[in-house]
Amino acid sequence: MKFIFDSDTWQEIYGGIRKNKTRTVITIIGVLWGIFLLVTLLGASRGLENNFKTIFGDFATNSVFVWTQRTDLPFKGFQKGRRVRLTIDDVEILKREYKEIKFIAPRSNSNSAITRGFKTGNFNISGDFPVLDKVQKKDLIFGRFLNENDIKLKSKVCVIELEIYEQLFDKNEEPVGEMVTIGNISYKVVGVYKNGTIAFDGAAAYIPFTTFKQVFNTGNRIGWMMITANEGVDILQMEQDILLTLKNIHKVDPEDKKAFGSVNLAAEIGKVTGFLTGMQFLTWFVGIATLIAGVFAIGNILLITVKERTKEIGIRRAIGATPVEIRRQVVLESVFLTTVAGMLGIIFGGFVLFLMDTFLGSGPDPTLINPTVNIPIILFAFLILIVLGTLIGLIPAYMATLVKPIDALRDE
Amino acid sequence: MIRIKNLHKSYPIGKDSLHVLKGIDLHIKEGEFVSIMGSSGSGKSTLLNIVGLLDEHDEGDYFLNGQEIKNLNEKKGAVLRNKFLGFVFQSFNLISYKTALENVSLPLYYKGVSRKERQKIALDYLDKVGLKDWASHLPNELSGGQKQRVAIARALVTQPKVVLADEPTGALDSTTTDSVMDLLKDINNEGMTVFVITHEEEVADQTKRIVRLKDGIITSDTINVQRNPVKTV
Repeated sequence: MKFIFDSDTWQEIYGGIRKNKTRTVITIIGVLWGIFLLVTLLGASRGLENNFKTIFGDFATNSVFVWTQRTDLPFKGFQKGRRVRLTIDDVEILKREYKEIKFIAPRSNSNSAITRGFKTGNFNISGDFPVLDKVQKKDLIFGRFLNENDIKLKSKVCVIELEIYEQLFDKNEEPVGEMVTIGNISYKVVGVYKNGTIAFDGAAAYIPFTTFKQVFNTGNRIGWMMITANEGVDILQMEQDILLTLKNIHKVDPEDKKAFGSVNLAAEIGKVTGFLTGMQFLTWFVGIATLIAGVFAIGNILLITVKERTKEIGIRRAIGATPVEIRRQVVLESVFLTTVAGMLGIIFGGFVLFLMDTFLGSGPDPTLINPTVNIPIILFAFLILIVLGTLIGLIPAYMATLVKPIDALRDE
Repeated sequence: MIRIKNLHKSYPIGKDSLHVLKGIDLHIKEGEFVSIMGSSGSGKSTLLNIVGLLDEHDEGDYFLNGQEIKNLNEKKGAVLRNKFLGFVFQSFNLISYKTALENVSLPLYYKGVSRKERQKIALDYLDKVGLKDWASHLPNELSGGQKQRVAIARALVTQPKVVLADEPTGALDSTTTDSVMDLLKDINNEGMTVFVITHEEEVADQTKRIVRLKDGIITSDTINVQRNPVKTV
C-alpha cells in the first residue's frame, strides 16, 4: 500500500487527469450530481419530516378522541335517533377497565363572550382537567396551566389562548392575576398559552372542569374525551374496545356506527408518516440510482479514455511498466475522480441545504425545518461511492492491460 | 548478448497461419552496432518485437544476456524490458502531456528510482543528446529530430544492455537522419549494443554489421568493413 502515499503515484495520476480537462470535468459532474441529489433530497425530506413533527409535536400521537351523537339503530326498546351523552362516570369505568390507558382527559365545552373592561369577544370555553396538558402539550407563554387545586376548589380561574390575550389586553400587559368576565362571572387569568399549527380547540379559554360543571349546570355530562394509550399498545384495537364498552354502558346497538364519533390520531398521523416513509424510500432510491449512474459514467469515460490512451499505455509498458502498475494507475484515477467528485457533491449539497434552510426554513410558517443529513449516512454514501469507483475502475484497468503493448504501439 | 537459434514465428490469419520467421539464427555480441535490413513483410519488425520482449516466439531458443526467454508473463517481461532494453520507435512514442524531462525520467519511475535522483539522471541524459535547454518543453513543441533525441535519451536512461531502434529515422528528413545516426554511433562507441531495424541503405551503411532479411530468413550477414576500423586494421 506504500504507493498510495508516494507522491510520484499522484504525480502520474495528476498528469493523466490534467491531460484532458473536459473529460475530467464531465466525469466529476456525473458523480457530483448523484451525491448532490442524494444529500439535497435526504436533507429536504428530513426538513419536511421535522416540520410534520413540529406540527404534531403538541399531541401525544397515540391518542383517540371520542364524542357522542345520535343513535342510528333502535336497540332494547329505544327508538333510533336518541341523543347519547358521555358522563364522568364513563371516564371512571374506562380508567378502571383499561390498563393500557395512560391518560384520559374528559371535557365539557361551550362558547361564550369573554369581556375585560370595554373589550370583548366570543370564544370557546372549555371545562378541563389538568391532565389535558399531558395529552395535548400546552405551550405556555405566561403563568401556569390548571392544577388539581383548581379542580378541588372549583376555582374561578382560566387559562386563555394567545389570541384572546391579544384581543383583551394591551400589548406587553401582564395578564397573570388580571380578571376577565366569562358569562356573568369573573375569572382570574392564571396562564396564557399559544396554539400549535394544528389545534382542535381554536382560541379557547380553559377553566377547571368542576367550575364548568357548576357554572353551566352540566351535571355529570361531558362533551368528549381524549384518551392516550401507553407505549406499544395497539391503539386501533383499543379504540374499538372502548367504543364497544361505551355502547354497552349506554345501551346502544354494537353495530351502531353513528352513536359515538371517534378520531384516532395515530391512524391519521400514520397516513402522514407512511407518506414520509415512502418519500424517504423514493429519495434513497433516486439518490442511489443517480449515484450509480454517475459511477457508471466514470467507468464509461475511463473506458473510452483507456482506448484513447492505448498508445500511451503501450509506451509505458514498453519502457517497463508492469500490468499491475498500469491497473493501479487507472483504478486510482477512478477512485481519485469519484472521491473528489463526491466531496464536491457533499459540499455543494450542504450549501444548497443551507440555502433551503435560510429561505424556506424560517418565518412563521416554514416549509422545511432544519433540513439536515446525518454525518454517518453521508460517510456511508461516500464509502459506497469510493467502493463503486474502485470496482468500476477495475473494468477499464483490466481492458488497459488486455491490449498487448506491441499492438498498442503498432503504427497504423 | 543476444543469442537466437532456429527462431520461428507465425501469426494466425483466419484459419491459415502466416509463417513470418522461418528459422533465424543470430548472435549479437556486446558492443555491436547491428542493422537488420529488409523490405516490408520480410519479418524484421517481428524479429525486433521478439527481441524486445514485446512478442513471443513459437519455436527456437532466445537468450538475452544469458537468460533464456521462455513463457514470459507480462510482469517478468516488463521488468526485463525495463532492466535490459531501451526502445526507440519510428513515431517517437513520447507521452504527449509530459515534458521532455518527464518523458526521459519515466522508465526510472517504473524502475523505482527516487524522484530527485530521476530528475538528475534524466537531465544528464537530455544534456547528452544536446537538449538540456528543452527539458521543460512538451513533445509538440519539439521538432522531429529533437523528439527522436528525447526518445533516445529515454531509451538510454536506465542504462540498458541493448538499444532497440525500429526505423529510428523513418519519420525524419536526411539532415536530422544524420544527426540521429551520429547520436546512435556515439552511443555505440561508448560500448552500448545497438540494434537498428531499417529499410534504408544509407542508414544500414552507417552500422557496423548488416543483417539482411528476406521472407523470414537471413539472406546475408556481413561486417560493414568501412565502419569497422578495428577489423580493417
